[in-house]
Amino acid sequence: MRTSHRYALTGLAALTLLAAGCGSSSSGSSSGGTNWSTVTSAAAGGGMSKLIAAAKKEGTLNVIALPADWANYGTIIKDFSAEYGIKVNSIAPDDSSAQEVTQIQQKNGTSLAADVLDVGMSVATASTSLFAPYQVATWSSIPASQKSPNGQWVQDYGGYMSVGYNSSKFPSITSLSQLLGKQFKSAVALNGNPTEANAALNGVMMANLAEGGTADSIADGVNFFHKLKAAGNFTPVQATPATIKAGTTPVVFNWDYLNTAAVVGQTNWKVFIPANATLGGFYAQAINKSAPHPAAARLWQEFLYSQAATGGQNLWLEGGARPVEQAAMTSNGTLNKTAAAALPPVTGTPVFLTQTQATNAATYLAANWAKAIS
Amino acid sequence: MPFLAYTGIFLLLPTGIVIWNAFRRPTGGFTFSNISALNTSTVRSLFVGSFELCLISSAAGAVLGALLAYAVASGNPDGMIRRIYIAGSGVLAQFGGVTLAFAFLAAIGPTSGVLFHASWYYNFPWGIALIYVYFQVPLMVVVFLPAIDAVKIQWREASENLGGSTWHYWRYVGGPLLAPAFLGAALLLFANALSAYATIVAWEDQIAYVVPQQIGVSMISEVGLVNFNQGDALATGMIVMVVILMTGYFLLQRRAARWQR
Repeated sequence: MRTSHRYALTGLAALTLLAAGCGSSSSGSSSGGTNWSTVTSAAAGGGMSKLIAAAKKEGTLNVIALPADWANYGTIIKDFSAEYGIKVNSIAPDDSSAQEVTQIQQKNGTSLAADVLDVGMSVATASTSLFAPYQVATWSSIPASQKSPNGQWVQDYGGYMSVGYNSSKFPSITSLSQLLGKQFKSAVALNGNPTEANAALNGVMMANLAEGGTADSIADGVNFFHKLKAAGNFTPVQATPATIKAGTTPVVFNWDYLNTAAVVGQTNWKVFIPANATLGGFYAQAINKSAPHPAAARLWQEFLYSQAATGGQNLWLEGGARPVEQAAMTSNGTLNKTAAAALPPVTGTPVFLTQTQATNAATYLAANWAKAIS
Repeated sequence: MPFLAYTGIFLLLPTGIVIWNAFRRPTGGFTFSNISALNTSTVRSLFVGSFELCLISSAAGAVLGALLAYAVASGNPDGMIRRIYIAGSGVLAQFGGVTLAFAFLAAIGPTSGVLFHASWYYNFPWGIALIYVYFQVPLMVVVFLPAIDAVKIQWREASENLGGSTWHYWRYVGGPLLAPAFLGAALLLFANALSAYATIVAWEDQIAYVVPQQIGVSMISEVGLVNFNQGDALATGMIVMVVILMTGYFLLQRRAARWQR
């Protein structure tokens, strides 16, 4: 999901393990007469019990680009594996969304291809021809604007862009313009290069909104970072939990669910969401059309969108992310209220980028970002 | 013949594919747009950035490495120090990427306590060049030491017997002898820095300063800027850069090695 190219070796090692470990489970197309790779809902395949049985028979699920400290994925993978006795191969946890798509294009036809993807919206909408349509049991709880009509991609969890900071080092932050002050010397970081990573692009967009810009043009945001750089407060180091712990990046623009004290491992880590710049963003799930483990892929979706207390939606919530069924679960009472109350409060009307706005922002950044901050 | 097959498969074929794809659209078909997109101020500054970084780090690496190699060569040829230096250089020449960046962060970063919280080493190109020097110097030692070893002590003695000073020796004997090897090694260092990717990405990854970083963007951008063919065009630009450099090197080498003919 996020970008990182330095873990190529890890990925390679994971692939080697995969090659050694699951050469036998490559066909998986028929179990009990049902071809799960074309089934569009559990009911259409004969019900949940059939799906579970078929998935167990496949025995393996390939997931890709799911860092353990990202939206509680470490726990989610462990719980899924324990509940159904299915081995989960986590391929290249730090890949970007674009690399996920490349992986399935290159590995389809082998047992190494990822079965399910968790991708940013730009990639999701551009790659629908590679995805299998599927509707989870809780399909009606997902707002229509957050899924493709036939379920080729379905938004899964999201959050708001936030500023996390070390509260023992800095006073309480109440506006972005404070960050231009002297005490923030080389302190402010993004999560990656905004021409490359979603989280970083949205970080710039949040600054844009806070500076009075609209979602249609990201120019004011780029200008803010230009001022930040001129003040000597922007650090080019990509923020990770490690750099936060080391103190190299004490102020970080990132999704609120990645900016929690638990994720960065600092008890004095505080989060601030500017009232005039509440920028939301969702990721989306998709099933690889040529998934080597089609039933397990569909069972994974059912697990992720389950409203059960131990289901994926509440697990994401416990990781600080806002699950896509949150509204429906609030009204039917299945939401984990303690976890919901722990989310950073949001005021003002949230902004969500349309695909056109996101593309325009990326195009503008491609031409102007490096110039503005070098 | 095996050598020809080897270079054909692992050098010429990939180079050809890269250049071929640089002239194609992502959807197929011939186009010049990838190449003409290289002529924007953003991309030009990437090539300038790459050139600056490589020039600084290879010049510093070559000079420091040559001095170190000379110091090692003038020591006891079977001594412990020499063995440690050679083994250490061999290892350190490969010490790059995430490990090097992290070592730097841990050693001189703000929390290490070793150095003040200086932000200048994040500056491009000087800060990152300093980090590159850490693998450039050992590489120079490894590749330049054999050349220094080949310089016979008798030549120095002959020069002294004829009344030559140290300056005379280096100006008329040692310098011209070692110049071709020195230039060759410096070129290797330049190419080494040109293709380095992991170190700079691990150190500062929020701006693309050099061409390999931008190739990374064109391959893995998740905000909709993926364009493999644009990456191929950038790589073609790097190939052109190396070809120009090699030509310059060849001419210089011929000039420097005139005495050999």
